[in-house]
Amino acid sequence: MTAAAPPVSAPAPILEQVKAANRRRKITFRLWFWMTWFALVGALLAVLWLTGNINTEFIASAGPFIIGGAGITILISLTSITFATGLALVGALGRLSRNPVINGIASLYVSLVRGTPLLVQIFFVYLALPQLGIVLPVLVGGIFALAFNYGAYMTEVFRAGIQAVPKGQREAAQALGMPEGLIMRRIVLPQAFRIVIPAIGNDFVSMIKDSSLVYVLGVQELLWRASTIGRRELSSLEALLIAAAVYWGLTIIFSYFQERLERRMARGDR
Amino acid sequence: MSQPSSAHISHPIDTSRLGDPIVQAIGIEKYFGDNHVLRGVDLTVRKAEAVMLIGRSGSGKTTFLRCVNFLEEPTVGSVEIDGLRVDADPLKPRSRAHQEQMRLIRMRAGMVFQDFNLFPHMSVLDNCIAAPVKVAKVSKAEAIERAEKYLSKVGLAEKRDEFPARLSGGQKQRVAIARALSMEPKVLLFDEPTSALDPELIGEVLKVMEGLAHEGATMIVVTHEMHFAREAADRVVFLEEGRVIEEGPPEKMLDNPDDDRTRQFLRRFLAT
Repeated sequence: MTAAAPPVSAPAPILEQVKAANRRRKITFRLWFWMTWFALVGALLAVLWLTGNINTEFIASAGPFIIGGAGITILISLTSITFATGLALVGALGRLSRNPVINGIASLYVSLVRGTPLLVQIFFVYLALPQLGIVLPVLVGGIFALAFNYGAYMTEVFRAGIQAVPKGQREAAQALGMPEGLIMRRIVLPQAFRIVIPAIGNDFVSMIKDSSLVYVLGVQELLWRASTIGRRELSSLEALLIAAAVYWGLTIIFSYFQERLERRMARGDR
Repeated sequence: MSQPSSAHISHPIDTSRLGDPIVQAIGIEKYFGDNHVLRGVDLTVRKAEAVMLIGRSGSGKTTFLRCVNFLEEPTVGSVEIDGLRVDADPLKPRSRAHQEQMRLIRMRAGMVFQDFNLFPHMSVLDNCIAAPVKVAKVSKAEAIERAEKYLSKVGLAEKRDEFPARLSGGQKQRVAIARALSMEPKVLLFDEPTSALDPELIGEVLKVMEGLAHEGATMIVVTHEMHFAREAADRVVFLEEGRVIEEGPPEKMLDNPDDDRTRQFLRRFLAT
């Protein structure tokens, strides 16, 4: 039974053509996709332009001032998300605690913050706290309000992340004689963190937009600059367009990095 | 202890190569809610003895094994390993002293799980040294030396820097065995260690376990691999409905058991 091995067949000539066709289809799709975006945005700008109400001089003169607010927006967002992450870690451990008092505190925090509007919380820092004699510098107040708010939402994300670590991980660590604290630190949290990183990225992108709310405190970030100078020069349309464009650009950039991070982590272990 | 624990059939085994009793589980009962899963199980294991627990699913064999190291807290009963005795105390499972007792007894029992439960964020080596360094307070250098010794024992010395995700199921389970050995436990507990493996990978794990049994490791194994039990067991214990029905040397238990229930189990088991 020693039949000659079948000859290795050369790839069918059609294969190359199929590959080329697939490539072409992909490129065509991209091309039309971007052309649609450009056409729609271009049409929108053209209509605005044609109304004759666009003040180009204002755009040229006030543009840099408004765009300069992006730095403060990013600073607020980064600082707030960092504090919020820390709060969320503590909050999540509290929400999972078997101690009724600790669990109660953490749950109350989450319930209270998630049950009231962010703008109310910001006003609270701005208008209500001073009545109690607590006056925070505006930037600190803004960051405090944002971190406090996002910390509550992220607490729930972290809690879910910790619970998503398979039960067997904890059991394996217990079987090795590890005490509870060590199991949390070395086994559960590192894995939970990996699970929630995409969610943190998402929240950061939301934070960039929600940071605009602290303009009511007078923090000189993007929206504050746009609305102030726009109103003064009777060019709110242009000013807000610039601010919106900057927010949009920032979220596109950070979403891009977040997507890459997510893809890299998906490639990792497991 | 509601039932007299001597009610089951016990065939004598050859104890000449075995040492003194090192694991003693007495009157273990376990309820899950109202479900009476273990109804008074006694088991004494001598040093260097390999005990295989068999029985159909739901017989309580896995629950019993998990009670031995208190991963499952028994409702009633006590476990002694190498002189440390811990009594079930389900009324205050959270008390600090009791937690610590359970932790200490777990350190004396290495466990190998059905689905490996390697730590995915640690390399193979880190899996094996984490507990020795952090729990047993062994120096890092010594822990690494130990880990390398046990990794080569399971034939995976060259995988020390890999991550678990890069290993086959059989390799993962062998690393899990090395990880358990790295704590130098008094007894090894195996919970159906080959049930999650593809058939062609089972052999490599059983071979390692057989080697350990022949080298005189004390082990309690929940298994469905009758062939392996015949090769490696000093004693086979048949459980049904939360009780030990019959126990004895593998030849007697697998070829010619006395109890009808044991016979029926084996007949049905070997038929499938």
